[in-house]
Amino acid sequence: MQFETNTFPKTIDNSALSSLMRDVLFALVPGIAVMVWYFGWGIVTNLVLATVFALSLEAIMLVIRGRPVVAFLTDYSAVITAWLLALSIPAFAPWWLLLVGIFFAIVIAKHLYGGLGYNPFNPAMVGFAVLLVSFPVEMVNWFSPISNSMASVGLAESLQLVFAGGSADLNQSQNPVLWDAMTMATPLDTIKTGLTMDKSILDITQGEAQKTFGRIAGAGWEWVSLAYLVGGFWLMYRKVISWHIPITLLVVLTSISSIFWLYDPQTYNSPLFHLFAGGTMLGAFFIATDPISASTTPLGKIVFAACIAFFIYLIRVWGSGYPDGVAFSVLVMNMAVPLIDYYTRPQVFGANNE
Amino acid sequence: MPDIPIYSIKGGVHPEFHKKESTALPIATSSLPERLVVPMRQHVGVAGLLMVKEGDYVYKGQPLTEQPKGLGSRVHAPTSGTVGAIDRFPVPHVSGYTCPSIIIEADGKDDWGEQHLTPIEDYQTTDNELLLQRINEAGIVGLGGAVFPSAVKISSSSRSEYHCNTLIINGAECEPYITCDDMLMREKADEIVAGMQIIIKMLKPEKCLIGIEDNKPEAIESMKKAVAAIQETARNGNFHNETNDTTVIKVIAVPTIYPSGDAKQLTKLLTGVEIPKQKRSYDMGSLCHNIATIHSVFTAVIKGEPLISRIVTVTGAGIQQPQNFHTLIGTSFKHLIDQAGGYTDKVERLIMGGPMMGYSMKTDEVPVVKATNCILALPKEDLPYSPDMAMPCIRCGKCMDVCPVDLLPQQLYWHAKAKEFDKIKGYNLDDCIECGCCSYVCPSKIPLVSYYRFAKSEIREENKKKKQIEVARQRFEFREFRKAREKEERDAKRAQHKAALQKKKAAAKKAGAGTDKGADDKQDAIKAALARAKKKKAEQKTAPRNTENLTPAQQAQVDEIDARQSQNATQNTDNKNSDPKEAS
Repeated sequence: MQFETNTFPKTIDNSALSSLMRDVLFALVPGIAVMVWYFGWGIVTNLVLATVFALSLEAIMLVIRGRPVVAFLTDYSAVITAWLLALSIPAFAPWWLLLVGIFFAIVIAKHLYGGLGYNPFNPAMVGFAVLLVSFPVEMVNWFSPISNSMASVGLAESLQLVFAGGSADLNQSQNPVLWDAMTMATPLDTIKTGLTMDKSILDITQGEAQKTFGRIAGAGWEWVSLAYLVGGFWLMYRKVISWHIPITLLVVLTSISSIFWLYDPQTYNSPLFHLFAGGTMLGAFFIATDPISASTTPLGKIVFAACIAFFIYLIRVWGSGYPDGVAFSVLVMNMAVPLIDYYTRPQVFGANNE
Repeated sequence: MPDIPIYSIKGGVHPEFHKKESTALPIATSSLPERLVVPMRQHVGVAGLLMVKEGDYVYKGQPLTEQPKGLGSRVHAPTSGTVGAIDRFPVPHVSGYTCPSIIIEADGKDDWGEQHLTPIEDYQTTDNELLLQRINEAGIVGLGGAVFPSAVKISSSSRSEYHCNTLIINGAECEPYITCDDMLMREKADEIVAGMQIIIKMLKPEKCLIGIEDNKPEAIESMKKAVAAIQETARNGNFHNETNDTTVIKVIAVPTIYPSGDAKQLTKLLTGVEIPKQKRSYDMGSLCHNIATIHSVFTAVIKGEPLISRIVTVTGAGIQQPQNFHTLIGTSFKHLIDQAGGYTDKVERLIMGGPMMGYSMKTDEVPVVKATNCILALPKEDLPYSPDMAMPCIRCGKCMDVCPVDLLPQQLYWHAKAKEFDKIKGYNLDDCIECGCCSYVCPSKIPLVSYYRFAKSEIREENKKKKQIEVARQRFEFREFRKAREKEERDAKRAQHKAALQKKKAAAKKAGAGTDKGADDKQDAIKAALARAKKKKAEQKTAPRNTENLTPAQQAQVDEIDARQSQNATQNTDNKNSDPKEAS
């Protein structure tokens, strides 16, 4: 009897790329839930819009590049990019802000570099960085998490805000006073501004501001971070990500911030603040761990994450203009990945006995 | 007895093992086929020279090839009969490769004749050299799949500079589906232990560790019993040789994880020692033999039978009744499969070996060789892989986590795909054992091992070419050197000659006249030659060459023509001259 031959694997594990990616999406859900609680419908509109834009642009690029559309749309990689970007920009962001961000993420950072698996930079962070540099005003309009935004701004109003700049009484240019009252600088921003005015940390966080700063790292924000931490641990438990990047990042960030905090607690914030403020948790568990653009060797991951932590601290404390530095730190370290990977190759089996 | 710890290996996978299918029935003995195909080279190294010719009658066990001088092994007639064609025939190989093979047309008598090697029952008092010679002449090679000549392995290990302190018997059998070693241990544990004793006698190791994966409790039990039996004998003082008493023999259940059955991985599991690529196990004081190899040592030494048969697992959902068969080397796959009830309707692919490292076969008309541990027939539903499932690599590193030799499969893949072979070398591609763990876990379903095999063969070709270029360069350089040397020598000779001539001239000048005379002689000779040539030319022009012995009638004709020609000569000289030309 004659048979067909090939050299393909005869047996394979039933794990699939799409299930890995789906797990990442699931792990984001606690964080999303908390964000929706504090920031209202704007988070939902961000997520939906970003997903629609990302899948559409992904489909268009796949058609242009002659790649199988269905297989690549259902790998969920574009959805992850969309969600990460959507969660990084303020709720109630105008639709075009999301479109520009997603365009840079999916079209420029992903497909022009060769599509899934070939992008040297984290697409979501490229989109974020472009927005942050180009539209600084829109990017700092975070609504105050102190009052429940969900209650104050309904779904209909949210949609109006996103697509038409809001009704007359909510429009930023027509009603700047109300807008100012509703939005609020993030804790990281407040600290940075305060410090440049030669105030001490105690001065900045005291009095009326105490409400803003919550218990550890900002009202609302600390709970969002905690939720991301929970999702991140679940990802580690599922072995979707290894411990190397997130744990190293958090440990190094804690170490550096501890040193300065112990030296002068009035100028340098506490390690707990740095861990739970801004994008630390999202960055450590969901952004720096993007396997395509991160280092791939065990030791390399440690070096990669340690350097990101270093840059985050550097930008947060001494960087001019930008209160947080997760995106830029990740992008800078993405560039160093080939070098890190080459010099951190593991020793081969038996190398000790050569 | 000291407790022996189990070490851990890095990586590995847990595929579905599918062992139960083929262990339900005991080992059957395959029926004698009418025709056996014995490839001359079934092992690492070279084939021996042919000892038979077409039409010869051979007895069972009669050597068909000589023991080669270098690394290699020999093959024997698996049964008695007549030697048929000796030619290239297909062997189990993925690309339908053919190999010089000897056909034996079985006569059905299965007659050993006088061809039995003398059984060496009292091996304890036999010289090691003789035992080694026996293992060699019986054509024993590693039956775990590597088919490396066993005698070479043992003799390297017994050389004085290496002391083998641990003999490892490999009963791990980690590949899914394969159960030939498992069944052999269940049914022939005594014989395996006896074979093991022979090797122990030769190497005198401190420890002999039998590693069996813990998913084979029956085999472990059976081996433990056999080991306990010989230890009992030893305690009763019935042993000839005290050295065997000092060897600690232990059956060890190792965790079920693929690829624990790889010799180096099992060595790591049992001794904690990692053997690097460049070194052999004897460099590190250990030696690893497969269960089936040890059993064939027993057969060769105690029974005097060369390696002409082995246990083959015939299994998979493409086979009606999976079972293990005691099979003569040279039996066709088809013959065995027929005895296992034939194929099921759904059969899709035929594989020699297991699903992790096996090769898919073009046809079942190939012979069982010494390396054939398993014939696996799978239906479509058991072949989940299809190339259109492949997605891009996202460097998730799952391959790296399961790689038992600590490579970076994701980086190897990246460079292999880009054909950056110089970069690949920095990532230790040579160390890849092609176990298939990476392809197995890859969530992007990339056939990684295929890429590595491709890269390996490309690098081999490149190195071959480089070597050829190097040889050509050396040849060219030598040629240039030789030419230069010859020219120098010639120049030197010429200069010498010239000097001698000048010396001679000077001497002649001194002697006075005489040189002119020589010149005159030459001139005379030239003149004479010129004159001769002129004369000859003239003769050719004037004398007609074919007018000698003519009859009177012809002479008359010629005369007539001459007369006419001389008459026309003044009018038509051109005509006359062109005639002989045209004739010629």
